[in-house]
Amino acid sequence: MIDWIAILQAGIASGTVLLFAAIGEIMAERSGVMNLGVEGMMLIGAMTAYRTAVTIDQPWVGLLFAMLAAGILSLLHAVVSIHFQADQVVSGLAINFVGIGLSMVLGEGLSKAGAVSLLPTITVPLLSQIPVLGPILFTNHNPMTYLGYALTPAAWFYIHRTRPGLHLRAVGEHPAAADAMGINVYRLRYGYVFAGGVLAGLAGGTISLAVSPGWFSELTTSGQGWIAIGLVIFAQWNPWRAAAGAYMFGALRRLILDLQGPQTLLGFANPFFYTPRLGFFLQMLPYALVILILFIGSREAMKKRVGAPAALGVPYIRGERGT
Amino acid sequence: MSASAPLPDSASSIPYAVEMRGIVKRFPGVLANDHVDFDLRPGEVHALLGENGAGKSTLMNILSGLYRPDAGLIRVNGRPVHFNSPRDAIAAGLGMVHQHFMLVPTQTVTENIILGLSEPRFFLPLDQLDQRVLALQEQYGLRVDPKARIWQLSVGEQQRVEILKMLYRGANVLIMDEPTAVLTPQEVEELFHTLRAMVARGHSVIFISHKLDEVLKISNRITVLRQGRVAASGIPAHEATKAQLAQLMVGREVVFTVRKKPVQPGEVVLSVEDVCAENDRGLPALRHFSIQVRAGEIVGIAGVAGNGQSELAQVITGLRRCSCGRVVIAGEDIANRPPRAAIERHVAHIPEDRHGVGSSPGLSLAENLIMKSHRRPPISNGWVLNLPMIRRQAAQLKDEYNIIAPSVEVQARLLSGGNLQKAILAREISAGPRLIIAVQPTRGLDVGAIETVQNLLLKEREHGAAILLISEELEELLTLSDRIVGMYEGRHMGELNAEEATLAAIGLMMAGTPQGKPATR
Ligand SMILES: Nc1ncnc2c1ncn2[C@@H]1O[C@H](COP(=O)(O)OP(=O)(O)OP(=O)(O)O)[C@@H](O)[C@H]1O
Ligand SMILES: [Mg+2]
Repeated sequence: MIDWIAILQAGIASGTVLLFAAIGEIMAERSGVMNLGVEGMMLIGAMTAYRTAVTIDQPWVGLLFAMLAAGILSLLHAVVSIHFQADQVVSGLAINFVGIGLSMVLGEGLSKAGAVSLLPTITVPLLSQIPVLGPILFTNHNPMTYLGYALTPAAWFYIHRTRPGLHLRAVGEHPAAADAMGINVYRLRYGYVFAGGVLAGLAGGTISLAVSPGWFSELTTSGQGWIAIGLVIFAQWNPWRAAAGAYMFGALRRLILDLQGPQTLLGFANPFFYTPRLGFFLQMLPYALVILILFIGSREAMKKRVGAPAALGVPYIRGERGT
Repeated sequence: MSASAPLPDSASSIPYAVEMRGIVKRFPGVLANDHVDFDLRPGEVHALLGENGAGKSTLMNILSGLYRPDAGLIRVNGRPVHFNSPRDAIAAGLGMVHQHFMLVPTQTVTENIILGLSEPRFFLPLDQLDQRVLALQEQYGLRVDPKARIWQLSVGEQQRVEILKMLYRGANVLIMDEPTAVLTPQEVEELFHTLRAMVARGHSVIFISHKLDEVLKISNRITVLRQGRVAASGIPAHEATKAQLAQLMVGREVVFTVRKKPVQPGEVVLSVEDVCAENDRGLPALRHFSIQVRAGEIVGIAGVAGNGQSELAQVITGLRRCSCGRVVIAGEDIANRPPRAAIERHVAHIPEDRHGVGSSPGLSLAENLIMKSHRRPPISNGWVLNLPMIRRQAAQLKDEYNIIAPSVEVQARLLSGGNLQKAILAREISAGPRLIIAVQPTRGLDVGAIETVQNLLLKEREHGAAILLISEELEELLTLSDRIVGMYEGRHMGELNAEEATLAAIGLMMAGTPQGKPATR
């Protein structure tokens, strides 16, 4: 039997990881800077968090270091793509490899580290008593999941209803207009790229210290950074839609794992149990879906329709003519 | 006649609102401002005139803090100032409305107005802010819905937002770079109304325009720039004449009437038959539109912007699909064929969007000039470009069409508006076109350049080219066209001969009342 409640509950937990990374990327892209290094930043975050937890046995400090480490890596992208006005795609990919490489080297031996303290799990009194939703949303979750619930509305509100959010949108849509109104385009872009890095680091730390604890080299994140980037487009740069997509993908990942467990499925022999190769096919599906989203989302006409920030990917140079 | 706000009696008693002394600004290969002096009295409208590339926008970009001068001094209300960014200029009470609007299309009017302000600090009380914007609109008679998003607004409304943005910041001096270039005559009247209301409240205005009638009408004093230097400083508008100003600008006499020789029209070159097309938003832009243009005639299309004129030009040149109808050029239907089909049939296109469609801003002037002849000898053998030949031919066109640029190697985006347009004309006309589609060919050009462009079009007409002229300048349509077709919501509103066309009749067609002969096919 498939336990739907358990799948959804686990989906929420692993969706939180995607949510952090996607909202971070939304912030960066809303300011006009695409950062394709999410996967690398998450991996650095996951490694740093776990390494810290192993060394000083302080998971919270681990998360803090994870955010810092990924934030610093993202600043490298900011310097290259904002200050030196390099191509954002190339720089982002480079950051990705730097992140992966560094975490492989620094994570050496971590997988055999033994027991470490992880993030605690919390069941919210009262709320967890609500039928169906209680067990899914408020039972035995780590604190980051609850943080995720708060992050989504906060991010939306910040973008659409606050002064800094207004500036963020302006810088991503029409940097020259923002500049003419005295907004420091470069400073804001640096800030939001850093924020994106910090959130990616938090996402990574959440994996290694809570959602699927441990260090398994690049399998720790297993491409979730790329899924997050696809989600941003799917979400049309809107945190609410990003949350919906993240939890959906989270549940989907979990469902795919669970589909391979039972010997029978709906009364039939489970093909995914008996033919492991089919299981790999299943596991590939979320990524195929991301490629599809990226493919659709990268078409110029579509970009306009889905509301991509108009200046996304374009370095800003003051006084540049003829744009 | 000239606006009669009383001038402050003497500059010695009241400090200038703005004083610029010895401003120098150099760009690679160009001295854009060469020791320019400029001053603005409180409560006046001071017009800044000059040819394309004379350095007007550069001077004003310096005043608004966007560029930093290489030398020179700026005083505001008598106090020396140094602007490191637009923010400093705004803080000093100087607000600029740019030639290309600086508005965020996806944001609302109110959001654009409060952009960059330090108040409110964090939360945006949007309803309350809308109210404040409305109150400000009330004061100056500038109406626009505060909740509307910028992309939904007409150009005239967007300009109002730009002005409101500056007034909201308490700007005392308003700098307007070619504000009327994109406005309908009606909108120009409204703008002047606003400017007068502002002056009456003690604001001062710097007004850049190429339209001498407007300048004489709205300004108190006029300063003329030529090739980066001051050619005339602060002459009172009521003493100036159009001819004198034009001479000061271009350094030669400008005749304001172009001579149109009679030409016997030949066979039909372009026949647009029953064409339907949609605009970018997927709404109908052309509704069963038909028009014919014969060799040796200019057919003008009159219409308020956004009534399908741009789409018509795009359908003819293959840049837009049509959902029904035929586009017959020299007897062959090329509807929905790629643009190359039109190019190969010697169709020249002078597009509305000079930077995006008319040129490739990042390529050099020379490369832009050969963009349509690069497939053939002598420019290439179809594969390898003949670079010396390209340079030679480009240099020749640059001289022939009087394109002002440091060299043919300079990037097209660095050319001033007028010179870029001359480059496009040079490319299109030097190829010996059979049909010319000209969209707003003189928009934003100075009087000298307008004369050049109009004469070039007339010369091609005499050579037997068929010309479709799409323009919002009614004067231009009347002087150049042999026939004028009205266009309204993508429909043909009738046709008038040059002799019978009056401003009133054209105005009626543009407002949707059919006049003259109906469409024929
Ligand atoms: N950012 C820039 N980089 C290089 N050259 C520039 C730049 N801006 C302007 N120029 C050059 O400086 C000169 C003056 O340009 P400017 O835009 O001030 O002219 P203008 O008087 O405003 O002309 P127009 O009437 O066409 O708007 C031109 O030769 C132009 O090519
Ligand atoms: Mg200019």
